[in-house]
Amino acid sequence: MAAKQLRSERTAEWLTRAVLVGLAALWMIPLVWIVTMSFKPNDVLMMSTAGLLPIPFTLKNFNDIFFVSMTPRWLFNSTVVALGTTALTLVVASLAGYAFARLDFPFKRTLFIVVLAGLMVPEQALVIPLHSVITSWDMHNTHFALMAPRVALPVGVFLMTQFFKAVPKELEEAAALDNASRFTIFRRIMLPLSIPALVTLGIYTFLHSWNDFFWPLVSATNTNMYTITVGLASLQGNFAQTEGLGFIMATAVFASLPIVVVYLIFQKYLVRGVALSTGK
Amino acid sequence: MTASQTAALPQDAGASLRAPAKTKSPLRRRDGLAALAFLAPYLVFFVLFLAYPFFWGIWISLHDWELVGTLRKFIGFANYLDMFEDPLFLVSIRNTLLFTLMTVPAMVAVSLALALALNRETRFHAVLRVIFFTSSVFSVTVATLIWIMVLSPDRGLIAHLFQGMGLQPIAFLGSPDWAMPALTITTVWWSVGFPMILFLAGLQQIPQELYDAARIDNASAWRRLTRITLPSLKRTIVLVVVLQIIGQLQIFGQPLIMTGGGPADRTRSMVQTIYETGFTEWQLGYASAMSLFLFGVMFLASMLQLYIARQED
Repeated sequence: MAAKQLRSERTAEWLTRAVLVGLAALWMIPLVWIVTMSFKPNDVLMMSTAGLLPIPFTLKNFNDIFFVSMTPRWLFNSTVVALGTTALTLVVASLAGYAFARLDFPFKRTLFIVVLAGLMVPEQALVIPLHSVITSWDMHNTHFALMAPRVALPVGVFLMTQFFKAVPKELEEAAALDNASRFTIFRRIMLPLSIPALVTLGIYTFLHSWNDFFWPLVSATNTNMYTITVGLASLQGNFAQTEGLGFIMATAVFASLPIVVVYLIFQKYLVRGVALSTGK
Repeated sequence: MTASQTAALPQDAGASLRAPAKTKSPLRRRDGLAALAFLAPYLVFFVLFLAYPFFWGIWISLHDWELVGTLRKFIGFANYLDMFEDPLFLVSIRNTLLFTLMTVPAMVAVSLALALALNRETRFHAVLRVIFFTSSVFSVTVATLIWIMVLSPDRGLIAHLFQGMGLQPIAFLGSPDWAMPALTITTVWWSVGFPMILFLAGLQQIPQELYDAARIDNASAWRRLTRITLPSLKRTIVLVVVLQIIGQLQIFGQPLIMTGGGPADRTRSMVQTIYETGFTEWQLGYASAMSLFLFGVMFLASMLQLYIARQED
């Protein structure tokens, strides 16, 4: 009886594996196909887009990106905005998180709840008034305008607060006895301890900032200030003129390369961040 | 990425801050000033780019307010009343709800099934987890570009397949019946990774002893699933459903890029109408009112989660 059950479970196991492999193939084939097209000559793609192997093979599309397109500029903008947003977020969120976790000050709880309430405000409810506010400050089409709204999001502060709270107090008090200032304690003791949390928050911020669509779409109206995410969408407007198919695919590959690399390197941190970011 | 996640308000966020025990420590002195210095950098961003715009949005939603030009007339709640007689907004509410209704169950089912199948410590399963999560790191522009190509009637992958079988290719994105399901498929492919990770995290928290006991009782795999796994995952399921509802109500990029809201406004979403009202018709006041209505709907959804979580405790 038990042996029979074991055998049927083993069959189920192999069946599950087969289905999983099939599904994974379904997930990956579109990606492979897009990458393939980016290595094919445009005139060949005009005739047929079929096939998952890049035959005939060319690097012309990638060459074109660098010499005759706006893509390098857009990649530059995306890099500046994503790195800038990440750096600013890490600095302000770790400072504020430390204050909420460890300092004692009037109205602390009220202030924390006000900041957390910001978690409930979706981007979509902010874009319209944010646009109006940034217009009145005459700040559209700047890198800073693309960064600031994401730096203001409370997720990072919440994460860092939770993290610092879990650090044992004894570590700090020893230093305080040596008359170290709050900032010294923060920099010398708390920051080194929080590197894993900072990496998680950093990856998470970088990916979201790189992929931001709605806000850059309305704030950066000058083609020179497009991020790659918005720029690629603008290329798709010209989708009908088919000679550029391979070129568009090559741009998409370029647009994704940095985040895929970041993802593969920091996979574990990102996965943990997903769970953390929902307050679990 | 389903970037716009509004995380639901963490449940014990306030409670955990409640006055820490007042121990006298050398660190307590002069904290007030230090706190100000530590908090100021963030609060500047928070106030200028989140809190102030939010209240500013409420203010302009009470006006007839144009993006350019000088028209700024206080009209009270007229914008809020107008939107419910605006056929374009009503159709976009209908589409958004329909999309949410189609996408949330599909997303929850697929991500839960994947998590159940992939919750194993082998290399095989680890590689597959990476594969199913990879599509989530792409921007909406890349994800939609991929699926525009896959679904294209003359050059698409599916069209090649259909031709191979001697079938007539379908213009999925141009078809009133197929456009919405096509957006759902794209969305599930794109963002199944996040809910899958949440389910995997939930599965990790189920005590192994429960399964050991079930094994002694010779419980079948099906019984273990329905009697142990799913009941233990209840909280995670509620969380994922609510996060998905909140996320999918904000759908914007997929229809904007893939169908432009067509054919015949069949896939026009609320956010697209907000976007066009604000930035092509320049009616900022009206667009603000619409986005606050959307915010209200999403707020209700996250209250629902808090309510259900309370019920369980």
